Amino acid sequence: MVKEMTCIVCPNGCLLRVEQDGEEITVTGNTCKRGETFGKTELTNPMRTICSTVRTVFSDIEVVPVRVSAEIPKGMIFPVMEEINKVRLSERLGIGEKVIENVLGLNADVILTSNILKEEV
Amino acid sequence: MLKYDVTVIGGGPSGLSAALSADRANAKTLLIEREASLGGILKQCIHDGFGLLRFGEKLSGPEYVYRDIKAVYETDIDVSLLTFVTKTEKTDDGFILHLVNRDGVTSVFTKTIVLCTGCRERTAKQVKIHGTRPAGVFTAGQAQNLVNLHGLMVTKKCVILGSGDIGLIMARRLTLEGAEVMGVYEIKSEPSGLSRNIAQCLNDFDIPLHLSTTVKRVYGHDRLEAVEVAKVDEKMNIIPGTEEIIPCDALILSVGLIPENEIAEDLGVTLDRFTKGPHTDNSFMTDVEGIFAAGNCLHVNDLVDYVSENGALAGKAAAEYVKKERKYAKITIDRTLGYIVPQEIDLTTDLSKVEMYFRSFSTVKNAVLEIKIDGNPFMEKKYMVVRPPEMEKLVLDLSSAGLTENSVISFGIVKKEGDING
Repeated sequence: MVKEMTCIVCPNGCLLRVEQDGEEITVTGNTCKRGETFGKTELTNPMRTICSTVRTVFSDIEVVPVRVSAEIPKGMIFPVMEEINKVRLSERLGIGEKVIENVLGLNADVILTSNILKEEV
Repeated sequence: MLKYDVTVIGGGPSGLSAALSADRANAKTLLIEREASLGGILKQCIHDGFGLLRFGEKLSGPEYVYRDIKAVYETDIDVSLLTFVTKTEKTDDGFILHLVNRDGVTSVFTKTIVLCTGCRERTAKQVKIHGTRPAGVFTAGQAQNLVNLHGLMVTKKCVILGSGDIGLIMARRLTLEGAEVMGVYEIKSEPSGLSRNIAQCLNDFDIPLHLSTTVKRVYGHDRLEAVEVAKVDEKMNIIPGTEEIIPCDALILSVGLIPENEIAEDLGVTLDRFTKGPHTDNSFMTDVEGIFAAGNCLHVNDLVDYVSENGALAGKAAAEYVKKERKYAKITIDRTLGYIVPQEIDLTTDLSKVEMYFRSFSTVKNAVLEIKIDGNPFMEKKYMVVRPPEMEKLVLDLSSAGLTENSVISFGIVKKEGDING
């Protein structure tokens, strides 16, 4: 089986050719090691990072940005989005702090990516 | 009146870097920002992918910019938020800036200015779309601001015009928040955004990309009800009979960015017709002594990492600025390049590491960038491919190039000889 795909690791966006022959997977077209790893996981178990926002109870800042702390399976994007959309933040947490711990048991936390709630304007 | 060595106008990524590097060079520095917090556009760019070059990490926009914001607040840099520059005046030894902010109307004196005013989106008025003027026509950045900073959903079912990166990012973002993105329509025959964004923002969510297709007309009285799309030929003229009506409640435009240079023009700075940003030398100083420019107001970058780097160079140059006689060599490009920055080389500066940025005019595989000085070959650089959406950076050593006043350094892209597979 041969599959062509665009590597999404960095802005170069190399066009990869990933070939599976039984257990063996070979990646060509990559210009770095990360591209090879991406090609292999993309064929067997594609992973993605997702970024979104969570609602707060504060009137000055309605939403704050979050992301998952580690990649999650591509198929879990929408279930994780549902969890993120359930959150209503009532504490003025800072950048890097957890909003959901180990979301849906995927070994990734949902963390804040902004310090805006702690900033005084 | 407060006096500064360097005043940076704009608190986005280039302004933060410019202020930090001016401060490191011991300049008394003022950073002016019109919004309530620092960070510029990155505050609303909540997606990840920033900082790979600079930090070797994949950060979201707010995370990337937080590092510089934190660093700025740890220095003696004066930060003035919610502040507008309303008028500028040139004096013998610098500039007087008239400001409006919560303290009222004030003025400051500054020896140098670094313009870091970023860019603005091209709007619906700047692309030829016929029809009514209903609500529901947004630029991608406007939609991004409403969704990501205010938690307001702008659409249930939308069409995106233009395949610029922000449009692609918003296609994914709106899909994640439950909207149906009917498709991304691009008038050109190739996408304007990065390939990885086509992959992870469109293909991942089965959002179709229609090339050589544009939005011809919008329908709706109070709110957008539909758009009419049509295919275009090579000359970008609409092909009759290919029209199609697509019901939707929003049209999101990602049709290009234009450097913002209102203050620059006010100060008499000459703009380059290709970049639409100031014409600068290799210290990123404009043709008005003491005024520097960096980031997206200089030329529209595709990576923030370059914007930060460029801001740092301009900030340092501004801090080290002294008035003196200068000698210049000119830089020219032929039709194979979209633009090049800077446009002049100041021969009185250190020429061992001259940083330049360029874009090709069209896609060329197996390309060779040829650099000539007064018509004689100076250097060649090979590229597997050059594409207009991807900015290229060069660092040249021109110290032993034998440049003299009025030397001309010319740049052109040619296809590698003997290649027929192209």
